[in-house]
Amino acid sequence: MVDAAPWWSLFVAPALLPALAVFAVAADALLIAREAGRPAGVVTAGRRLLEVPRLLVAQPRRTPSSDTLLRRAGVVTVPVAAVLAVLVVPFGRRTVGDLSVGVVWFNAMEVLTWAGLWMSGWGQNAAFSLIGGYRYLAQGLAYELPLMFALISAATGAQSLRVGGVVAAQHGLWFAVWMPFAFAVFLTSVSAFSFLGPFSYPAGRDIAGGVLGDTSGADRLLLQAGRWLWLAAGAAMAVPLFLGGGAGPGPAPWAWSLLKTLAVLVALVCIQRRFPMVRADRYVEFAWVVLVPLAVLQALVPALVVLNR
Amino acid sequence: MSAVLFGVLAVLALVAALLVFSVGSMARATFALLASLVCAGGEVVVLGLPYLGLVTVLMMVMEMVVMAVFMVAYMMDPAGLTQMSMVHNKRGSLVISAGVFVALAAGILLVRWPERTGTRPADTTFQLGESLMGGQMLTMITLGFVLLATMVGATVLATRRGRYDRFGDDLDQRPARDPVGGGVGR
Repeated sequence: MVDAAPWWSLFVAPALLPALAVFAVAADALLIAREAGRPAGVVTAGRRLLEVPRLLVAQPRRTPSSDTLLRRAGVVTVPVAAVLAVLVVPFGRRTVGDLSVGVVWFNAMEVLTWAGLWMSGWGQNAAFSLIGGYRYLAQGLAYELPLMFALISAATGAQSLRVGGVVAAQHGLWFAVWMPFAFAVFLTSVSAFSFLGPFSYPAGRDIAGGVLGDTSGADRLLLQAGRWLWLAAGAAMAVPLFLGGGAGPGPAPWAWSLLKTLAVLVALVCIQRRFPMVRADRYVEFAWVVLVPLAVLQALVPALVVLNR
Repeated sequence: MSAVLFGVLAVLALVAALLVFSVGSMARATFALLASLVCAGGEVVVLGLPYLGLVTVLMMVMEMVVMAVFMVAYMMDPAGLTQMSMVHNKRGSLVISAGVFVALAAGILLVRWPERTGTRPADTTFQLGESLMGGQMLTMITLGFVLLATMVGATVLATRRGRYDRFGDDLDQRPARDPVGGGVGR
């Protein structure tokens, strides 16, 4: 059902993901404008994107005796890991790298962001950005276990760690229909690893922007891009994991993949604006006391279904 | 191709491992070690065990990042503003590590490697799961319980909070008197 795409697709994925991220940023800008009662049009969306050239030409600021090596490595890791993560996500019937353990690959790339963000927080040699890095780790420890169980649910239901196998197993019935809790946990975790919306705690206003606080120029652009790239990557992964991939009547599979990804992305951007920021210490207790037991129960459902098949 | 990749990853892993003992800050040492372990995970993937390799990367990133937090918290000079070193007992450790390296390398060259019997399995992940969860199921279950009990026990011994100071002498104090606010039900 899902085949490996030709070698040049290696360059398509890194181009498509930023396009999705730009779409999400534009949608977010439009929502902000509408909530503020300002006219929401092309100009509003465009003005937000003007940030890109502005950051590129901006004079970089530096903090004294910053750890440049770790800061650079961290800042680059966040967006690069997002792009690497989608290499296993099928687009229609094609995927760049149809790894036999694609689900684990996505998870491993997502965890790389922990290291990236902590390094960039540490490397700036500034208190607030360091606190932001620590906050991301605390948040990571909170969201990671429920997320892993959500991934395990989908993989168990498909009896495959291959993303293509997960898509094929949803022939007829999407996993989102009979594993709604895993789907919800996955979407929540997408916000969490993109540190956006209610999970923007590592870049919170109360610590002057945290990990983003002392970044400037291209560094800041890469970190900001990393957040939205991760949101887009998460939305793209939700489609093969829970929404049947490119399956659908009528148009070509790739069109369905794109359509579903855009729908998930818009939903994520809309829902995010509805919730206040969650502190990691509160979320970790909620995650471990409520989400983890429920996620284990949710993982039990596909296990029993598969055993009885 | 895979032989070249294996060599490159091996060299990178070794260089990163050497960096652990030559860089001047705890954070750099931690992430040099992480780089080395990621390369080791890559080696496992190249050797045909993609699941084990990727799980190594996944686990080591989480573990090293959490370790960085604790190491930095306990170091006198975590930022390496004055030079710190991961090397203690320089001469002794050099002798021991060189000895171990030579012994292992000699082992690789001297031992007669067994010939492959049978054909290569189609899916090593499946085979791995079967050998872990099939024949060794009892071992895995026992291990799991022992590990969990160790973690819970260590946490209980390490924390000063207990149920009596949270719920009172008769365990009827509601809500619990928790020194940390927030969370479920509060």
